[in-house]
Formats: sequence, C-alpha cells, structure tokens
Amino acid sequence: MAETKVYSRPTTWAKDIHTHYCPGCGHGIAHRMICEVIDEMGIQEETVSMSPVGCAAMMYDYIDIDYVEAAHGRAPATATGIKRVLPDKFVFTYQGDGDLASIGMAEIVHAANRGEKFCTFFINNAIYGMTGGQMAPTTLIGQKATTCPQGRDPELAGFPMRMCEMLATLETPAYIERVSLAKPKYIMQAKKAFQKAFNYQKEGRGFCFIEVLSTCPTNWGMNPVEAFEWQIEKMIPYYPLGVFKDFE
Amino acid sequence: MAKVLMKGTEAIAEAAIQAGCRYFFGYPITPQNEIPEYMSAHLPEHGGIYIQGESEVASVNMILGAAATGYQVMTTSSSPGISLMSEGLSYIAGSELPAVVVNVMRGGPGLGGILPSQADYLQATKGGGNGDYHLMVFAPSTLQETVEVVQSAWDYAFKYRNPVMILADGFMGQMMEPVEITPHETERGDWKNWGLGNKGTREGKKRSLIKSMYLTAELLEAHNSKLQEKYDRMQKEDVKWEELHVEDAELVIASYGTTARIAKSAISHLREQGYKVGMIRPITLFPFPYEPFEKLTDRVKHILDLEMNMGQMIDDVKIATKSRFPVSFYGRCGGVAPSVEEIENQCKQILG
Ligand SMILES: Cc1ncc(C[n+]2csc(CCOP(=O)(O)OP(=O)(O)O)c2C)c(N)n1
Ligand code: SF4
Repeated sequence: MAETKVYSRPTTWAKDIHTHYCPGCGHGIAHRMICEVIDEMGIQEETVSMSPVGCAAMMYDYIDIDYVEAAHGRAPATATGIKRVLPDKFVFTYQGDGDLASIGMAEIVHAANRGEKFCTFFINNAIYGMTGGQMAPTTLIGQKATTCPQGRDPELAGFPMRMCEMLATLETPAYIERVSLAKPKYIMQAKKAFQKAFNYQKEGRGFCFIEVLSTCPTNWGMNPVEAFEWQIEKMIPYYPLGVFKDFE
Repeated sequence: MAKVLMKGTEAIAEAAIQAGCRYFFGYPITPQNEIPEYMSAHLPEHGGIYIQGESEVASVNMILGAAATGYQVMTTSSSPGISLMSEGLSYIAGSELPAVVVNVMRGGPGLGGILPSQADYLQATKGGGNGDYHLMVFAPSTLQETVEVVQSAWDYAFKYRNPVMILADGFMGQMMEPVEITPHETERGDWKNWGLGNKGTREGKKRSLIKSMYLTAELLEAHNSKLQEKYDRMQKEDVKWEELHVEDAELVIASYGTTARIAKSAISHLREQGYKVGMIRPITLFPFPYEPFEKLTDRVKHILDLEMNMGQMIDDVKIATKSRFPVSFYGRCGGVAPSVEEIENQCKQILG
C-alpha cells in the first residue's frame, strides 16, 4: 500500500531546528501555525518579520524568512517602517504581553490607529516569561507573579488590560480577534484567524490583530495539562474569545 | 540648479530629497519643525512617504525598520527628542543599519530652551544609548556645507552600514543663506544582499537576519570587535576638518558649526591687528580629527576651545594635543552665542 504523508514540518520552519521553549508553552504552536499559513500561501520569500523581546526573541532561528530584531515594545513602529517601504511584502509582528501591552502600548495603539497594513500576533500568557515570571499588564487579579507575590492587587496594579477590546474602539483596524490554544478545537479556530489575517494583508485591508491566549507552565508553576486547564477556567472568562472587529 | 535663498531647515530637507531619501519618519520639536513640514509636503511628489510617528521613540524605530530594507531613510529632531531616540540609535548601530539623523540642537539639560546650542556634543560623539557604539557625526558650519554633508551622509551610512548624525544648531536651522542643491546619486553598495524583502533573489534563497543580540559572550565580543574595526576605519579614511591660518599661529581656536563661523570673523579682525590666531575646525566630530592638532608646531602657545556649551569638546582637544599646549575653554550657552568681540577679547587676554 502506498504511503500517504499526513503530517510534516512546514517548509518555512528552519530545517533541523528545535525550539528552546519549555514543554507546554504556546509559543511553539503559534510559530508553527504562522509557518503553515506562509506555506499554504506560498509567500515564504515575500514575508518579512521582526523578532520581539521576550521568550520569542530568537524566533528568527525557527522561521526561515527575512528578519530584523525589534527593541522591546517597538515592533509595531519597526513594522511600520518596513511595510511603508515594502507595501507588497507580507509583514507581521509577534509580541508578548509585556512587549505589546506594557512598554509598547503607544506603538501598538498608534500603528493600529494609522491602519498599518501588517498583522500583529499578540501572545498573551498573562506573565513575563523570559525575565522570570514578573507581573504583566495582563496578569489576572489574584494571580501570583514574582513581583506580586501575594497575587495581583487591583489597588496597586490596576486591572488586567484587554487589548482586543481597547483596540476595537478605534475606527481603523480591519480585523481583531482573540483566540486560544487550550484545546484542539480552539487551535483550529486560531489557525483560521491566522489565515484570515494573512489573507486580509494580501488584499491590503489594513491592520489585523490576533490575540492568542497562550501558556507559560514554567512561570505559572504548573504542568502543561494544568496550564491549559487554568487557561480555560481562569483566562477565557476574563478574556473572552471571538471576533471584536471585522471590516466585513 | 542656481543658487537660491533658503532657510537652513528647508535646505536640509531639499538636500535629502535630492540625495535620494524617500522615507522620513519624525516627530515635531522646535527648532527643526520645517524639516518634517517640508518632507510631508514634498516627499509624496517624489514617490516617497512621510509619517509622523507618535513619539521620537516610535519614529526612530520606524527608521530602523525602513533602514533594514536598504532604502534611504531619515529622521530629524532636536535635543530632547534625540535623547528619546537614543534607544533606537543604539539598536540601529548594533544592527549595522544605514540611517541619517539630523539634530538641530537646542539648549538643555531637560526641556532646557528652544534657542540654539551645541550642548549635545558629548551625547552625539560618546554614545547616548547603551553599549559600545558610535554614530558618524558631522558638524557643518555654513548652509552650503550642510547641504553637501546631508547629501553625502547616505554614502557614509551605506559605506559603513552605520547611522550618520548631522549635528546642526538652531542658528543654522533658522538662518537663510544662498545655497545650491544639485541631485546626488547615493552609493548603496550590496544593499540587496542584506536588505529585507530580497530573500527570493539571494543565492540559495538565503534569508537576511539583521540583529544586535548575541547571547554568547564570544559572539558578542566578536561583534563588538567588528564594530570597533569599522570605527577605526572611519578614523583612517573619513576624518574631516578645516584649517585656517595655523601655519604661523600662536593661538589656535578649536571650534565647529556656527561658533566656528563667528570665530572666523574674530580671527580676521585679530589678524588685522597683528595677532597670530588660527583655527582648527572639526567637520567630523566622530571620527575626531586628531591629526591637525598633532601636526601643530611649538610656535603654538595656547589652544582655545570655543563652543556654545560648557566645554564639551575640550577633552577631545586635550587628547589630540597630548598635553603639549595649555588648553582653555570659552563659551556661552542657553541660546547665547559668543560674540565676535567676546572672542577677540578672550584671545587678546590669552596672548597678553
Ligand atoms: C527596554 C527593555 N526593558 C526590559 C527588558 C527586559 N525584558 C526582556 S523580555 C521582558 C518581558 C517579556 O515578556 P512578554 O512580552 O510577556 O514575553 P514572554 O517572555 O512572556 O514570551 C522584559 C521585561 C528589555 N529587553 N528591554
Ligand atoms: S518561560 Fe514561559 S513563555 Fe517562556 S518558553 Fe517557557 S513556558 Fe514559554
């Protein structure tokens, strides 16, 4: 019987490379989906990105496309510079919650408001991964982090920020959706959102923003299974999934 | 093109366009607002793009992204804005990207004032951002020279793949002078080899990876050594200065930019009165022109460092003179320029 290949590594995935991500981390899944979409659209040579600051800082080692490194939070500005010079290329930013919702809050809001025609994948794992588990703007109330050892207190730190909801108040963005990686069903939905974002870019629609609820088992102090369960129980109720804005 | 009367800021903008700059990202700050205004009005006519960033932080990072494509990009600002850009300038230098930045300096520190100054010499030449890096820094002293420096800035930026800063001051931004601006063809070298978006055309479809992060000690050290070799090469190949009456001078003034212009008038008055005064005017502040100071003979009795700040270049002058001559400083700041008479008096006092 002839063998049929049903599963393989995307060609956009850099050959023979293993990621440095912890077991159960969402970054690897999100990277893979980006590679799959790039493969499906046949745009590997047409895609340009910038690595963020955070655990995904070395994503350029995993995805075989042209890359420049951005400063912490500034990827939307850097992407603006690239896309304005290269309007026919596919440009995306990939940023953690510390990167995008804290130090880079101004850059993302203004890039979205200018309707920059690139996509942003916003990886919300409710914590700072790379620097060792400090509080993020997205850390949930009561959630413990190394800089809120008693749990996040809204009196001290305010409430967790909902980026999709905030950006959806702007007139300009073309498409804003929040997805999760906590179940296979959600991952399928996330893949559709990724495809849509890239397709909208192909059509020149304007700014697309996909928030990906992700996991950081290491800094949450859980095993991978507990982490995904925690996401379903705690994160999704506060960060509801769905489309917040669609130009259609 | 014949000579036309232009304001400094507008001459800078037009010179940039004539040199092929098509992408400008900036944020308003006095006294350089006519540059972004001019760019927003004229770049679209040339098929270029002007974007007003939400801050200097954003603007310089737009520059970083655009520079990474290998096209010609520029931003301009004034002192407090340049402080905010320091983050990006460090990244651009670390990532070895060509970009041109103009600082039309005003007085500081902090919000300071909006009047002309040369108070950012140290920031421009000694860093500003983190890490071992240098900008190539030009300090022109007439509008015509400013035009020429702006136009050649991308040649150097691409030659070294390094940011180039033009350090002007508020006087130069706001004064009007006749200038001639002719089209200039910039040499961009092998830009497609590294410029983003050309993966498909590279041999073996090799991707371009532009970065400044090296987490392994040896790799980061090697990267820094490579940068240092580049700075050493600038020192050998592209250091620029002007000398005036140094052959028989007993007093040599060291000054740059607008201050050097005022000093020139003082020197010609002093010469008429028989005082042997000359001048060394650095045109590149980094790399610094050590050579003309090294060549000075023992006829020289004194060096006077003259600036519109509290004495920021004096250490470089002292290094250049290797303690062979006494070096003193005279300057005004906050928006005050030293007058011709003040400079003459200062020189007469020194010469006794
Ligand atoms: C200007 C600056 N400030 C701070 C840091 C340190 N830093 C590196 S990663 C990081 C947090 C990243 O968190 P997040 O964006 O949520 O990404 P994650 O690591 O969770 O994937 C910080 C604060 C830095 N690199 N640059
Ligand atoms: S620290 Fe957290 S975000 Fe970083 S790789 Fe590990 S699990 Fe992923």
